[in-house]
Amino acid sequence: MMILSGDPPRSRALSLMLIAIIAVLAITPFLFPGAKPLNVAAKICIFAALVASYDLLLGYTGTVSFAHTMFYGIGSYAVAIALYTMGPSWGAVAAGLVIGLPLAALLALGIGLFSLRVEAIFFAMITLAVASAFLVLASQLSWLTGGEDGRSFQLPELLRPGTVFIKDLFGVRVNGRILTYYVIFVGCAAMILGLLRVVNSPFGRVLQAVRENRFRAEALGYRTVFHLTYANVIAALVAASAGVLNAMWLRYAGPDTSLSFSIMLDILLMVVIGGMGTIYGAIIGATIFILAQNYLQALMGAASNAATEAGLPLLPGLLHPDRWLLWLGLLFVASVYFFPTGIVGRLRGAPKPAE
Amino acid sequence: MTDLTASDALPKPKRDLAPVLLPLFLALLMLPLVGSFSSWVTLTVASLAMGMMIFIMASGLTLVFGLMDVLNFGHGAFIAVGAYVATLVLLPLAGMSQADSLLTNLAVLAPAALAAMAVSGALGLVVERLLILPVYGQHLKQILMTTGGLIVAEQALYALWGPQIIPVPLPTALRGSFIIGDIAIAKYRLLVMLVGIAVFVAIQLVLNRTKIGLLIRAGVENREMVEALGYHIKRLFLGVFMVGSALAGFGGIMWALYREQVHASMGNDLTVLVFIVVIIGGLGSIGGCFIGALLVAMVANYGGFLVPKLALVSNILLMVAILMWRPRGLYAVTSR
Repeated sequence: MMILSGDPPRSRALSLMLIAIIAVLAITPFLFPGAKPLNVAAKICIFAALVASYDLLLGYTGTVSFAHTMFYGIGSYAVAIALYTMGPSWGAVAAGLVIGLPLAALLALGIGLFSLRVEAIFFAMITLAVASAFLVLASQLSWLTGGEDGRSFQLPELLRPGTVFIKDLFGVRVNGRILTYYVIFVGCAAMILGLLRVVNSPFGRVLQAVRENRFRAEALGYRTVFHLTYANVIAALVAASAGVLNAMWLRYAGPDTSLSFSIMLDILLMVVIGGMGTIYGAIIGATIFILAQNYLQALMGAASNAATEAGLPLLPGLLHPDRWLLWLGLLFVASVYFFPTGIVGRLRGAPKPAE
Repeated sequence: MTDLTASDALPKPKRDLAPVLLPLFLALLMLPLVGSFSSWVTLTVASLAMGMMIFIMASGLTLVFGLMDVLNFGHGAFIAVGAYVATLVLLPLAGMSQADSLLTNLAVLAPAALAAMAVSGALGLVVERLLILPVYGQHLKQILMTTGGLIVAEQALYALWGPQIIPVPLPTALRGSFIIGDIAIAKYRLLVMLVGIAVFVAIQLVLNRTKIGLLIRAGVENREMVEALGYHIKRLFLGVFMVGSALAGFGGIMWALYREQVHASMGNDLTVLVFIVVIIGGLGSIGGCFIGALLVAMVANYGGFLVPKLALVSNILLMVAILMWRPRGLYAVTSR
């Protein structure tokens, strides 16, 4: 229980699901050899951490930020630019971390102090505006960021697919790619456990108090602006770290993979579907969403083709694989309405905590 | 809110002119910086026209927030829907809109604008009933619901119209410019300015001279008191929401003609601009929204002319500057 900070899943079904997900993720390279399953697994790990950090904001403090991808992007771009300009070395990775993480923290601090004094709605709008300005900046400052094309780079020797450690382990060649995957897996697990520690600390309790009744929390003597700002900074740091891992997995950073508004929507969908204010919801939400993103689209394509052949009007367009976000959007609205506590809340069967 | 006893005379509303003078001051300040008078006039007209369009789109949002504390993150969807519906009228009647006669052109534009407003207004009704009514008073859920609505609307537009950009040519009579000396003023911008001023005056008249306007203003100030007086404020709010959506749709068709194209992501792009305007103006204030829209457009146009690189972040800088000066926006009308 120590490692979970005394906050176990509190539901047998949920525990089983989590154990299954984590176990499968832990042995994915050996269970499903091949590039695609490994990509999906890495993406699930990274997004689970990213969504968990967003859950700290949305679920625990009740503030909606639309700038979370900005911090994610700062992490991605920092390590990408460092590796691009300094060449593939560990020094460059370190430089990316040393520049990217403090930059994200500072920006989060600035935005927080500037706009968290007032209502949540204000913060939501300001973060939306700042994030969109940042996206424009990243795609315009092409001398630094590579513009719309982004930056591709080489990883240090140790993490490249060409580096083979064990020729044959359970029929799989263990190379630098698999090592990178495990770096991501462990890194993301550490971040999620760290967030679990944060939300179950006295600090986390204050955050929940602010969420439930900011006025009362303030009356009890807490400087709520500072608590919210710290939470914002912590979330930004985790998001930037997830961004670093994402860039290292893709060996690329660009506006579409790290900054775009659609990723922000994905994060929102994942956190709401998984369950706000639970941290575990992030793992469930990210897993379901990314599996759907990668495998449901093929299914929709088949359905769309079938509808075209059957000569039905409108349906082919609605079922086109690119339109899967339409269905997820409907699911999102329905889940906010009918299951505000998400999958985790449902499984726990507890009375709804967030309002 | 100040306490009043019955014997006190109502305090005179304070005239707060500083925000009104700000755009004028900005425009005059830019005159020497821009250098040539003719390009200054062109830029000023361009910013006024752009400002009017943004104002039309943003006015509904700010009223809806002021009246009911509802922030509609899906407001941009109404803009995009309005623009798409307008293409349904404009494109089949391209023959008429390309005819070289102002009357024929307007005969196409008017039904297009009406259709856009009708459809976005009706959509507003549906959205208000389905998405907003269930989550009144819960900010977090409102933001999530309306964001979800925006996703669905944008994707539905993609599904119905396809992902390509639809070109919307400007009617012939509205192309080109009036040339006075060495000053060129685009005809369409002039029309947009006139329409924008008309909308602003109409909103002000409704708000200040009619009973409904009185109720809306009272509701912005103190909703519970209006309810206590026996008025059905939710019905009033539904009306405001529909009108606001219709105005957003109207702004959408104007913007589509201005850019001469329609794309499903336009709602998303404009949402940010509209939010900045609403924040600058002070949530709930129509006058502030008007000035905020002008300021945003001016900074975009002058900034783009003088320091093109700065134009990328000029809106944010403007917002920060204004909020440093007045943390609740130019005019803080709500007590919240």
